[in-house]
Amino acid sequence: MTNSWNDIKNTDLVLVMGGNAAEAHPCGFKWVVEAKANNGAKLIVVDPRFTRTAAVADVYAPIRPGTDIAFLSGVMRYLLGNNKIHQEYTKAYTNASYLVKPGFKFEDGLFSGFDEGRKAYVDRSGWDYEFDEQGMAKVDETLQDPRCVINLLKAHVERYTPEMVERICGTPKDKFLKICEMIGTTSTSDRTMTSMYALGWTQHTTGAQNIRSMAMIQLLLGNMGMPGGGVNALRGHSNVQGITDLALLSTSTPGYLVLPTEKETTYADYMKSRAFKPIRPGQTSFWQNYGKFFVSQQKSFFGAAATKDNDWAYDYLPKFDVGYDTLKIVDMMAAGQMNGLFCQGLNLMMAAPNKTKVQAGLSKLKWLVVIDPLETETARFWENHGEFNNVDPKAIQTEVIVLPTTTFAEDEGSATNSSRVIMWHWKAAEGPGEVRSDMEIMSDLFSRLKTAYAKDGGAFPDPILNLTWNYSNPHNPDAAEVLKEINGYAVEDVPDPADPSKLLLRAGQLLPNFGVMRDDGKTSGGCWIYTGVYTEAGNMSMRRDASDPTGKGVFPNWGFAWPANRRVLYNRASADPNGKPWSERKKYVWWNGSRWTGPDVPDYAPTVAPDKAVGPFIMNPEGTARLFARAAMPDGPFPEHYEPMDAYIANPLHPKVTTNPVVRVFAADANAFGKPDKFPIVATSYRLTEHFHYWTKNAHANAVLQPELFVEMGERLAAAKGVKDGDWVEVTSQRGSIKAKACVTKRLRPIMVDGKPCDVLGVPIHYGFIGLTRKAHPMNVLTPPVGDASVQTPEYKAFLVDVKKTTPPAQSPAVA
Amino acid sequence: MAVTRRQFMKVSAAGLAASSVGALGFTGAGEALAAGVRPFKLERATETRNACPYCAVACGVLIYTMGDRSKNARSEIIHIEGDPDHPVNRGTLCPRGAAALDFVRSPNRLKYPMVRKPGSDKFERISWDAAMDRIAKLMKEDRDKNFVAKNRDGVTVNRWLTTGFFGTSSQSNEAGYLTYKLVRATGILGLEDQARI
Repeated sequence: MTNSWNDIKNTDLVLVMGGNAAEAHPCGFKWVVEAKANNGAKLIVVDPRFTRTAAVADVYAPIRPGTDIAFLSGVMRYLLGNNKIHQEYTKAYTNASYLVKPGFKFEDGLFSGFDEGRKAYVDRSGWDYEFDEQGMAKVDETLQDPRCVINLLKAHVERYTPEMVERICGTPKDKFLKICEMIGTTSTSDRTMTSMYALGWTQHTTGAQNIRSMAMIQLLLGNMGMPGGGVNALRGHSNVQGITDLALLSTSTPGYLVLPTEKETTYADYMKSRAFKPIRPGQTSFWQNYGKFFVSQQKSFFGAAATKDNDWAYDYLPKFDVGYDTLKIVDMMAAGQMNGLFCQGLNLMMAAPNKTKVQAGLSKLKWLVVIDPLETETARFWENHGEFNNVDPKAIQTEVIVLPTTTFAEDEGSATNSSRVIMWHWKAAEGPGEVRSDMEIMSDLFSRLKTAYAKDGGAFPDPILNLTWNYSNPHNPDAAEVLKEINGYAVEDVPDPADPSKLLLRAGQLLPNFGVMRDDGKTSGGCWIYTGVYTEAGNMSMRRDASDPTGKGVFPNWGFAWPANRRVLYNRASADPNGKPWSERKKYVWWNGSRWTGPDVPDYAPTVAPDKAVGPFIMNPEGTARLFARAAMPDGPFPEHYEPMDAYIANPLHPKVTTNPVVRVFAADANAFGKPDKFPIVATSYRLTEHFHYWTKNAHANAVLQPELFVEMGERLAAAKGVKDGDWVEVTSQRGSIKAKACVTKRLRPIMVDGKPCDVLGVPIHYGFIGLTRKAHPMNVLTPPVGDASVQTPEYKAFLVDVKKTTPPAQSPAVA
Repeated sequence: MAVTRRQFMKVSAAGLAASSVGALGFTGAGEALAAGVRPFKLERATETRNACPYCAVACGVLIYTMGDRSKNARSEIIHIEGDPDHPVNRGTLCPRGAAALDFVRSPNRLKYPMVRKPGSDKFERISWDAAMDRIAKLMKEDRDKNFVAKNRDGVTVNRWLTTGFFGTSSQSNEAGYLTYKLVRATGILGLEDQARI
């Protein structure tokens, strides 16, 4: 989230699209209720289903799954065409006035630079600004030049008329225009809209561009950096934000640094593309400090073994050729290219798309280690569960080792919620039997590997032998000690640059903030954005001061929000270029004549005066936010509507380029996608209020509340298929089929797409063949093994199926 | 006067004698009854601040355990409820969080390390020592055999692609950081979690 759960109460308009907060994040949704009750806010819900969030909305509109970009581009067209944009904000704080190179084009569904053979935009050189001799981006302050970003954007979204939106999305034109009008009211200085989204936007082959579309809308409206504004990802797991920050992702390192590629053969090579020189006069370009964060991190990982002479142990990091994301790992497993796999608290058999492929992949492994507090389908993938998992154990040669772990109640440490607030939790009890914590397990594994490599040698032992593990108890480290390491400390005395006779930091001192990090090896710190969480003043994640002095929902002394305890990102943009709040009502961070002040920590250098004209988006070398993404996205500088890979219709905008042209499709999956002639129903997956992913089917109360798999279908579809409420149905996609009970409902109604009714089927995700719930076919039998072009998040939210009435499963689905 | 939750409960129990029962005119009997009222179990329990394990609202919870938390004594979790001081959830929990006790106490909790041998149709219990030794051995064998020090162009890449690691978004930051360090030090590139699936 750019803002926070509590900040939602400051909003005037809530748009829930790509999520269902009332059911999936009920206790966060209370802040929407608060805004409606006490701030006069309205709620808009756009969703294929009439959800419980929709039930309390002021306006609800249906949308066909996988068409969000068409809808949002239509909103942009409306805002630009009806002058419902925040002119001064857009001009000063975005790249609206920047001139784009003549090489940039968009024709027939493709941006310039596409290579048909490689299915990629190989030449993205045109996706950039024009630069002057000093390397500064050229701008036209009058916004008259047709090559200005704002004019190119206008031309790009011109095709998304309300009629085109209705044709693609199936959203009735009057509802769409009503929503546009409501959104447009927040373009004034005294009103804001917040966007709340979740996996309904990410789980598409255009996922990242869905979210980008909303970011662009919020910039046009002047809602970024504002109280009650922002683009807010409602994240799924209790610490998914923290684990993202700490980079359990194939090509990342902690704090949003990037693992080197194999083309970056030396540290100097690696840093060449990371100089981040400002491209507008006088800008901050904060990533210029990249080297300080990277070197401090290497010191944190490898201690004294990371030296200037060995490029800070640069060679200890693996170099990647391609990304090894979930879909890629599963593809390699299925191709027999992997021998070993760890699943630590991730139930791969249930969580990955195309269960049949996952099953085949697991069966080809030599060994699998499952680390989990619960029984999982993954640990028992080799076990026969009748038609729910019809395998022959004798034919599966994978050795499976299961290690039992503690739960949240049985260990201590910090976790980061969706608002980026790092909060400590304390241990309440010992776990059952012989369970151990993840920290103890990883420490034990490290100790054994290090001993083996020290004794017997082996392939490149250096990074293992030199990995820092200097905790008081290296076999079961104290979480507080590890958090100190993540925060960082001075490796040796650091003199004050202003007065070398004084010390800025003494050796061993915990770093007060990331501003003191250095690229000369004198500081260590595992994740720069977390610096400040554990200082000489103590463990800030333990703070529990529930006071909110300004009443703006800031809670500055509750836990620690990264970065720098900042609760609303980009908050400098809540004031105008002169440093005055855009309006009294939305006053948040402002210039008081000598410094930036307000209820929150300014997202800006605290004493840089407004007349220096330093832009508020300090992470970008422009100092402004990007309506035009330059070459940062693989599928275009502007969002464009492409159909899901299981395409329901030919793309009305450009039938020859129906789906996202740069989606990665593995050779093994060439025939994995369905067509509407065989699979004429659009399906989408979702979560139930009573269940959490694949865990709570093991918890008694949850299993009682929602005991078995069902699919939701509208009355029209049910009648056409002769299905009554409670009948068994078979749902089939190109990947396979499942049986489930039918729930016939008015919540799903046919959506008029391209003039014809489109039926939508809903499938909850939570059921499998292990648990206290009734045994079921894992629903990911149905979903396609393909991901978002930017980040490879699988397309779980829009795929094609057919459905027919059937008999109950041969093996009665007894309680497992 | 600052009243803690515990004091509040004590006052409430005493108030039972002073008001409700007393008002009915059973003053003497009321005292006897109040003396016989079983105090709230929670009063004798230890309260621990924690967070709901499910979605990223990360609601504050209070966990109540029986047992005095002394060494060699096993504590038992008897109750989990919303933390009223937490600024986000203000004491509320959803149907998932409200049932978190049933996750902790699930009959499907794993309790011991187990191994399923190739071709077998069952798990067998093994010791932690045997399990960890075996895992370290399997890792080292595969790593030593398949580690790629240089790619085809002779560039140092130091990567290990034949083993993958799915981590979890439900562990603490500290556990995640240790996981990251170890997995990366081995050269594994196939490192993922639930963040983008």
